Amino acid sequence: MAKNTSKTKTHLHARNVGMPFDADVFNHLLVNRSAVERRASTLGKRRSVKKQWQAAWLLKAITCIDLTTLSGDDTKSNVQRLCAKAIAPVRSDVLLNLGMNPSDFHVGAVCVYHNKIKDAVGFIGDYPIPVAAVSTGFPAGQIPLKEKLKQIELSVKAGAKEIDIVVSRELVLQSKWKELYKEVKLCREACGDAHMKTILATGEIPTYTKVLKASWVSMMAGSDFIKTSTGKEPVNATLPVSLVMIRSIREFEELTGYKVGFKPAGGIRKAKQALNWLILIKEELGDDWLNPDLFRFGASSLLGDIERQLEHYVTGRYSASYRHPMS
Amino acid sequence: MAYGPAPESAKEAEAFLTGHNKEFALFINGEWQKASSKKMMDSINPATKKKLAKISVASSKDVDQAVAAAKQALPGWKSLSGHQRARYLYAIARQIQKHSRLFSVLESLDNGKPIRETRDIDIPLVARHFYHHAGWAQLMDEEMADYESIGVIGQIIPWNFPLLMLSWKIAPALAMGNTVVLKPAEFTSLTALLFADICKQIGLPKGVVNIVTGAAETGEAIVNHPDIQKVAFTGSTEVGKIIRRATAGTGKKISLELGGKSPFIVFDDADLDSVVEGVVDAIWFNQGQVCCAGSRLLVEESVADKLYKKIRVRMEKLRIGNSLDKCIDIGAIVAPVQLKTIDQLVKKGVEEGSQMWQPSWACPTEGYFYPPTLFTDVSPSSTISQVEIFGPVLVAMTFRTHKEAVKLANNTVYGLAASIWTENINLALDIAPQIKAGTVWVNCTNVFDAASGFGGYRESGFGREGGKEGLYEYVKPRIINEFRKTPFVKTKKQKLAKTVHSPKGIDRTTKMYIGGKQSRPDGGYSYTVSDPVGNPIGEVSQGNRKDIRNAVEAAHATKNWSGRTGHSKAQVLYFMAENLYIRKLEFAQRIAQQTNQSLQEAEREVDMSIDRIYYYAGMADKFDGRVHHTTSRNVTLAMPESIGVIAVACPEEYPLLGFVSTVIPLLCMGNHVVVVPSERSPLSATDFYQVLDTSDVPGGAVNIVTGNKEDLLSVLAKHYDVDGVWYFGTQEGSKQVELLSADNMKRTWVNHGKHRDWMNPKHGQGQEFLRQASQIKNIWVPYGA
Repeated sequence: MAKNTSKTKTHLHARNVGMPFDADVFNHLLVNRSAVERRASTLGKRRSVKKQWQAAWLLKAITCIDLTTLSGDDTKSNVQRLCAKAIAPVRSDVLLNLGMNPSDFHVGAVCVYHNKIKDAVGFIGDYPIPVAAVSTGFPAGQIPLKEKLKQIELSVKAGAKEIDIVVSRELVLQSKWKELYKEVKLCREACGDAHMKTILATGEIPTYTKVLKASWVSMMAGSDFIKTSTGKEPVNATLPVSLVMIRSIREFEELTGYKVGFKPAGGIRKAKQALNWLILIKEELGDDWLNPDLFRFGASSLLGDIERQLEHYVTGRYSASYRHPMS
Repeated sequence: MAYGPAPESAKEAEAFLTGHNKEFALFINGEWQKASSKKMMDSINPATKKKLAKISVASSKDVDQAVAAAKQALPGWKSLSGHQRARYLYAIARQIQKHSRLFSVLESLDNGKPIRETRDIDIPLVARHFYHHAGWAQLMDEEMADYESIGVIGQIIPWNFPLLMLSWKIAPALAMGNTVVLKPAEFTSLTALLFADICKQIGLPKGVVNIVTGAAETGEAIVNHPDIQKVAFTGSTEVGKIIRRATAGTGKKISLELGGKSPFIVFDDADLDSVVEGVVDAIWFNQGQVCCAGSRLLVEESVADKLYKKIRVRMEKLRIGNSLDKCIDIGAIVAPVQLKTIDQLVKKGVEEGSQMWQPSWACPTEGYFYPPTLFTDVSPSSTISQVEIFGPVLVAMTFRTHKEAVKLANNTVYGLAASIWTENINLALDIAPQIKAGTVWVNCTNVFDAASGFGGYRESGFGREGGKEGLYEYVKPRIINEFRKTPFVKTKKQKLAKTVHSPKGIDRTTKMYIGGKQSRPDGGYSYTVSDPVGNPIGEVSQGNRKDIRNAVEAAHATKNWSGRTGHSKAQVLYFMAENLYIRKLEFAQRIAQQTNQSLQEAEREVDMSIDRIYYYAGMADKFDGRVHHTTSRNVTLAMPESIGVIAVACPEEYPLLGFVSTVIPLLCMGNHVVVVPSERSPLSATDFYQVLDTSDVPGGAVNIVTGNKEDLLSVLAKHYDVDGVWYFGTQEGSKQVELLSADNMKRTWVNHGKHRDWMNPKHGQGQEFLRQASQIKNIWVPYGA
């Protein structure tokens, strides 16, 4: 398989540099849960993507996946498999049938713990697939700030191009927005050129209004992405909570001109769900966001379901998971 | 990343149409029957302009047959047990669910509305309505013990929610033991005809449901048919008024669900992004062809520009197209005539100087489409903010204060629904009761459920559909079978001889009572009151139209009664009873003097009057609402509210008790009253104002105008600022009241010349009075932090 020559990705938009902390921008905002849920629940019913359009959307979804393994028992071998899958996410006969070039079709990134960065970077080699590392005491974030910053620096040094940080839930729960801003901003500085995704852990935030405010603070502090969850909370990415977050992304762009990316993570396992997320993004943010620079799925098993759907599209027969190479 | 087409298949729906050879007969007495005239009309798919099928036009002869079939089926149907009727309704519900996609596709083809709406909203609500009413059929004996079915019901439904409106009409009618003749709208009859198939499939007894298709003349034949005991209509206010006039004096019960120009009120602390989606659901749901569409956007000035901008961005993303495309938000307008109306009104709006905005994309050209349209800088005086457009057109204006928001919201002849957007529950629940509308949605809009009553205030009609409140439209109190054509008073030989009254003591000047003050008649005339033998016993003012005008103004001027708590009203009523008791002898003597009853009989009337006041004092803080079990996460508060200013014509008999029995229940529910007491025996009423004066009744809550009953009532029934009329008098007078009240759709309650036994508590008091004295407002409050 030919290796892609370019390792650096060209970004279509200017990187968010953040803005000075200004609570007046978000303090008055309130979110109506029922109305948000209503919108979220009808979105997937107002839009439907079928046939070749669906196949195209699913291919797009794959390019937006942060293929992830975040387990205590991760070793070199399963990380290697993950990277191989990231490089060749779909069986080449299926891709060729869809008119795609298998040598130039990859997932958005691979996402691992710090200890597995080196392995991953090694396996990915020259492919244009960034290695992302979860950081700052992921998933709970219950370590000193100093340690968090050190972790980021180490991960960047180890070759991570993207850093997924977690916010201190205590600061969110106690509405210490200024402190949260400072912490995220320091993390962003520690990231340097690496892109930073800020995980709000929305499953542990009691109200949508707080989710909205935490989103604002994270973006003000310079996050490149805001991300719903670690995948370890009892409730992970949901459409309503995503809706709240992406509406803040829209407003942030209106205010600052910067486009911030969005990453739902955890619980997204089915192709149908992925389509709903893409519809949500298209409707609420627009087509600009429908690319891996600004949208990622944090998922481990989603790819498998999409592969089956694509084979079904190509063959007209329902597929089986064992027909697709595992990661 | 385009969506591409996502068409829903029309195969099964086509098969249904072909199964009927694309020519539909009438469904009468459980059989398909050709229209006597053989006249047919085309049913068109408005998204493609293609003909779907031909449907029959029923003539009055066909309607006669349908009514005869329903009449014949009635005894059998109403004598079934509630449980047996419940089984049929349950079977209908199941059958609709089993064929839900067929219904959805057919509805979408016929009406032009998006398949998403028929599939996710209309048809599930239809099934839910039949399930819910299967329950009411089962429970009728227990829950509606004092009521019985009305008989044959004529039902006329509109084209905007064809099958849903059918279910709102047929489910409660059948549950309560009535049989029906239903006319679907001429543009959209197909799902009703499919429904007829289902009635056959489940073995519904013949004649219980009859479906006659046709246009206005068919509807007219139903409305005017002598064997129709009730007319239920959903449609335009214009036709509603025609029906009100046509049925005046016939004794037919009517319920009308008419037009609207519903306010959609946005306060500055609302979740604006959610508001935008609310707006989409309010005015671009069903192409805005929704009677309760939130078509007037009222925005707090400080957030208006921000919101307008968001709405415009959202409008660009709306997708319009073939109704069977699963990827559209807006479908086709039902017919060219409607499209023309919308277009003309929009042009008018532009002419009148409002700012019009439409998205940059173009509508498809193969069907009847109209783009979503936003008007800003609209003033309340412009045509588009007053007239119901019934299309995807939103008119927006701003307000400065909460008070002004309420004023703008109520600045309309309609009162169907309202939507309030704020994250402040205190504000929401403060505003909701102030809006004149039958449904108020807080932070949501166009949400419906079978368990919640839907219907209007003002010219949006009267009656409720759904919930327990909706059942009363399809029953009558059993007690009315006991009412008589002659009054329940003992007609005994008059013992007293005619005597010449000589002035004794000081001459009494009986005045009228307006705004809490005794007032002389505008005309400066009085008339003599005599006892039954003809002896003059006093003089009272001869009120005229100006006195009525003054009384109505006084009734509106006081705000101090309607807003009181039940407890506070009860205190005043108890006090009233206390003060009446103190003057018992005086009132008894006055009754005896006017009626020639014995003093003992007269004392019984005073006692009964005191008893009655106590009854309503007791009820004042107990006749309350419900929290409905609706299907979404919210509390749906069904609150009985006062109607407003009500005119009352008291019965001629029982000078005191007749006054008390009619005025007090209205007061109990917080109405303000203009009373025309018994013309023959008005002196007990005029004496009563001294009781009112001493009982802390605020001035203006009760106004008494004496004089010629029919003349005064005619002025009151025509008065645009009177909200309801209660009339206890002659058949002809009843007819006049119903006829003249049509202009502003007053709620009327008349006796059609039939008399109650006012001394019998079962006749003279009860919850029926309180229901007539109030209207239910349903307030939907979703929750969740």
